Amino acid sequence: MFPNRAAVEGVGDAMELAEVKGRSLWADARTRFFRNRAAVVSLIMLLLLAGFTLFGGVFAEYENDFVDFSLIGSNAYKGVPSVETGHYFGTDSNGRDLFARTVQGTGISLMVGVVGSLVAVIVGTLYGATAGYYGGRVDGLMMRTVDVLMSIPFMFVLILMLVIFGRSIFMLFLGIGLISWLDMARIARGQTLTIKNKEFVEVAVATGVHPVKIILRHIVPNLLGIVIVYATLLVPNMIIFESFISFLGLGVQEPATSLGALINEGSRTMQFGYYWQISYPLFFFVVTIFAFFFVGDGLRDALDPKDR
Amino acid sequence: MEPLLSVRNLSVTFDVRKPGSWPWTPPRKLHAVSEVSFDLQPGECLGIVGESGSGKSTLARAVVGTIPSSDGNIMFEGHDLANMDPKQRRVHRRDVQMIFQDPLAALNPRMTVGEIIAEPLITHEPNTPRPEIKKRVRELMERVGLLPNLINRYPHEFSGGQCQRIGIARALILKPKLIICDEPVSALDVSVQAQVINLLMELRRDMGLSMIFIAHDLSVVKHISDRTLVLYLGRVMETADSEKLTTRPEHPYSQALIASVPIPDPVLERARPRPILEGELPSPLAPPSGCVFRTRCPKAQTSCAEVKPVLEDIGSNHLVACPFHEAEEVLAVNG
Amino acid sequence: MSLLEIEDLRVTFTTADGDVNAVNGLSLNIDKGETLAIVGESGSGKSQTAFAAMGLLAKNGRATGQAWFDGQDLLAMNTHQLNKIRSKDMAMIFQDPMTSLNPYLRVSDQMAEVLMLHQGLSKSAAVTEAVRMLDAVRIPDARARITMFPHEFSGGMRQRIMIAMSLLCQPRLLIADEPTTALDVTVQAQIMQLLGDIRQEFGTAIILITHDLGIVAGFCDRTLVMYGGQIMEEGPTNDIFSDPSHPYTSGLLQAVPRLDKETAELATIAGEPPDMSRLPAGCPFSPRCAQVLDNCTAERPSLEVTPDRRRACHLPVQEVA
Repeated sequence: MFPNRAAVEGVGDAMELAEVKGRSLWADARTRFFRNRAAVVSLIMLLLLAGFTLFGGVFAEYENDFVDFSLIGSNAYKGVPSVETGHYFGTDSNGRDLFARTVQGTGISLMVGVVGSLVAVIVGTLYGATAGYYGGRVDGLMMRTVDVLMSIPFMFVLILMLVIFGRSIFMLFLGIGLISWLDMARIARGQTLTIKNKEFVEVAVATGVHPVKIILRHIVPNLLGIVIVYATLLVPNMIIFESFISFLGLGVQEPATSLGALINEGSRTMQFGYYWQISYPLFFFVVTIFAFFFVGDGLRDALDPKDR
Repeated sequence: MEPLLSVRNLSVTFDVRKPGSWPWTPPRKLHAVSEVSFDLQPGECLGIVGESGSGKSTLARAVVGTIPSSDGNIMFEGHDLANMDPKQRRVHRRDVQMIFQDPLAALNPRMTVGEIIAEPLITHEPNTPRPEIKKRVRELMERVGLLPNLINRYPHEFSGGQCQRIGIARALILKPKLIICDEPVSALDVSVQAQVINLLMELRRDMGLSMIFIAHDLSVVKHISDRTLVLYLGRVMETADSEKLTTRPEHPYSQALIASVPIPDPVLERARPRPILEGELPSPLAPPSGCVFRTRCPKAQTSCAEVKPVLEDIGSNHLVACPFHEAEEVLAVNG
Repeated sequence: MSLLEIEDLRVTFTTADGDVNAVNGLSLNIDKGETLAIVGESGSGKSQTAFAAMGLLAKNGRATGQAWFDGQDLLAMNTHQLNKIRSKDMAMIFQDPMTSLNPYLRVSDQMAEVLMLHQGLSKSAAVTEAVRMLDAVRIPDARARITMFPHEFSGGMRQRIMIAMSLLCQPRLLIADEPTTALDVTVQAQIMQLLGDIRQEFGTAIILITHDLGIVAGFCDRTLVMYGGQIMEEGPTNDIFSDPSHPYTSGLLQAVPRLDKETAELATIAGEPPDMSRLPAGCPFSPRCAQVLDNCTAERPSLEVTPDRRRACHLPVQEVA
C-alpha cells in the first residue's frame, strides 16, 4: 500500500503540524496582477480618482451650484483657473466653480459606471448561470428573452423614458441597469456550458447537492474570473454611454452634472478660448477610462494566464 | 444472498439531431446502453470492460444517476433508483458514490481540499458541527495517504495521484455502500497507478464496500475485480468470474479483447497467438442487426445477422451472448 | 554504423518559475532497421529527447550535445537543412494524430503536398502514390476515402493516415511518440502489427516512445529506461524484462498488473514522479528507491557500460531485487 504510510504516520505523530495554508487561484492571480506595472499604476490612479471625488469637495472654495454673478460676461479673463480666486479649474460660462463641478461630475460618472457593472455582474451572472446550468427549454426561454431585449434599440427607449418620466439620476441608473446585464448574461451562459460539463460538477450532482447550491458553489466561482474582467471593461463603456446621453443634454439634471455634461458645455465655449472648460473634465474623463481599461487588461492576464 | 444492486434491462438512449434538420423532425435515437442486466452482491467488485464507445461510462452514470435511463430498473436495496423523482433520488445518492478518471478535473479548483472532501457530508448531514466535520475530513485524509495538515490547500497544488486520493476521500466520507470507479487509474503514471489500485483494494476490504470498477485496461480490471462484464456497443457480451474470463473466455469478442492486451513479458508476448480483430466499432446510431459484434466476428454465421443472441447461462454464473461460444485459452503459449 | 547517435543530450526549458531540465546528458544510438523503446513516465524526458532530435522543441527550450544522423549533426542544423531531413529521412508520429493533421484540408491534399515538396512529383502522381501508401497501412477503400477530411476518420484510422504520411518519403527512421495511447486495445494491436510489418517491408528503424511495458515487450529489440531525464538502464528487451539491473525497472515491472498472473498485491514505487525543476543532486530516482544507499542521494551514478547493456546505479547488479 502507500509505502510512505509509516512515514506519514511518523510525521503525523510529530505533527499536529501547523496546517499548511493553501495558495488559492485567487492568490496566484493577485500575485500576477501586482507584477503588471501598467495595471498597478492604473489601480492607484483609480484610487486617487475615488479619493478626489470623495474628499475633493473639502478643498473646493465654492459650492458646485453657486453662481458667481460678478463673473458673468467677463468669464474670459476673470474665470481663468487661478489659485488666488479659489477657482482652481476656472469657472464655467455661468460663473460656477469648475473644480467643484468636476469633483461632483467625476463622482456621478464613476457611480454610473460602477452601478451599471454591478447590476451586470449580479443579475447577468446569476441569470446566465441559471440558464446555462438548467439548459434545454429553460435555457431556450431565458436566452430568447435576452435576444428580444437586445433587439430593442435601447438608446431610443432610454431617451423616450428620460423625456417622458423626466430626467433624473434614478431613471439614468435604471436605464443603464436594464441593458448592461444582457451581454453579461450571454457571456456567463457560454462559460457555464463549459463548466457544467466538468467532472467536478458531475460529482456534485452525483453526490446529491441541490442545483441552486451547485450554481452558487461550483459554477459561479469558476465564472467569476471572466465576469470580473468583463465587468471592469464594462465600466468605461457605461461611463461613455452616460456621457453620450449627457452630451445629448438628456443625462443628469442641473445643477448636478457629470463628466459628459461638462465636456458638452466645454465644447460649446471652446471656440471662444475658454479652453479650461473642456480640458479639465476631459482630462479626468480620459484618465478614468484608460485606468479602467488597463486594470481590466491586467485582470484578464492575471485571471487566465493561459491566454497570454 | 439478496444482491445490493440489481440492474434489469437497463437502456440509455440519447437523442441525436442531424445538423441542419428542422426543429420538429424527430431526433435519431442513439442506444448507448441496451438491455443490460447484472447483479452486484454486497462486498463484491464487478469489473466492466469495453472499448471506447462501448457504453461503459454511460452505464456507470446511469447507475449513479447523472444520466437519466430510458428504460429498465436499477434496484438498490429494494428501491428502484431509475424511476424515482429527483428529490427522493437525492436522498439515496449518499449510498452510491463515484470516482472519476481525470483526478484534477473532478475537483473544483476554487475550493480547498477540506471543503471538497466535506461537501457530501455537508449536503447530507447539514447539522454536523464544524469541528466534527474537520475531524472526520482529517481522519479520512490520513486514511487515504494524504497529510492532514494539507487540508487548506487547493487541488492545483497536488500531483495527479494525490488528487485521485482526494477524490477517493470525498467518495468515502459518507461511508457509502457502493463505489463506482470510472477509469480511476488510466490518467495516472504506471508507478502511481499501483499505489491507487492497492489503496482501493485495501479500502474495499476494510470497509466492506461493493464496487463497480470500469476500465479499458483488462489487466487492471482482472486484478481488482471478482467478476467481469464485457460490453460491446452497449450490450453485454459475457459475464464471468474474472479469473475464468481471462483464462478461458467463451465469447469471440472477449477472446479477441484478451488477445489484444499486451503482456509485459517479451518471451510470452512474442509466442502468443494473436487473432487480431479487424475493423473498428460500428456507429452506435446504426448498430448491425442481430448480433452487434457480427461485423468483426471471426466466427460469424449468416444466422448471426437475423437472431439477436440471448445471454445464456452456461453454469457457475458464467453468461455468454453467443450461440457459437467455445472456450479458448488465449493466454497460453503456442505449443 | 549507427543511423542515429545521440551524445550527451541536454534539454532545458526556461520558464517563469526557473529552468526546467527535461533531459540531462542522454546518449543513445540506433542502427538501421532496429527497434528501440524509450520507456518512462510523464516528465521522464522521453518525448523531449525525440523533439530535440527532430528540432521540434518548444520556443523556450534549447538543446545542447550532439545528435548524429548519418554523419550530420541535427542539433547544429538550421531550419532549412532540418526540414530537408525531416520527413525525408526521419519522420515522427504523435499520440494525437489531429495535432499534425490540418482539419481544414483534405487528406489527399495534405499527403500530396509532402510528395510534391520533397520529391517534386506532379499532383496526380502524388495522389496516386498517397493512395498506394494508404493501401499499405490498410485503410479500406483508400481511393475513395482519400478525399475526406481528417475528422471524418476514426481515431485508429487517423493514426494510420499519420503513419502513411510519415512513410511517404520512405524515411529510414520513424519516431513514434506514444502512438497507441489514445486508442483502444484492439486497435492498438492492429497499429502495432502494422508498425511491425512496415519495419519488415521498408527496413525502417523505429524508436518507440511509450510508458506501456506491454507493447515494448512485443515489439522492440532494445529497451532504454528513462527517469528524471536520465538513462536508468538500457539493454536487449528480453534481458531488461527477465533480469532488470536497476531498482526502477524492476519496480515498474512489478507495479503493473498482468493478465497472465495472479498477484495478491501489487508492489509499488513510493512517492510521485519528480519535479523536473528541482531534481535531487544524486540519482534522480533516489527519493523513491526502495534500495537506496548512502551515496545515492549525494552522487549521481555514472553509466556502467558492458558489451550489450548500460546501467546507472550505485547498487551492485546482483543485489537488485
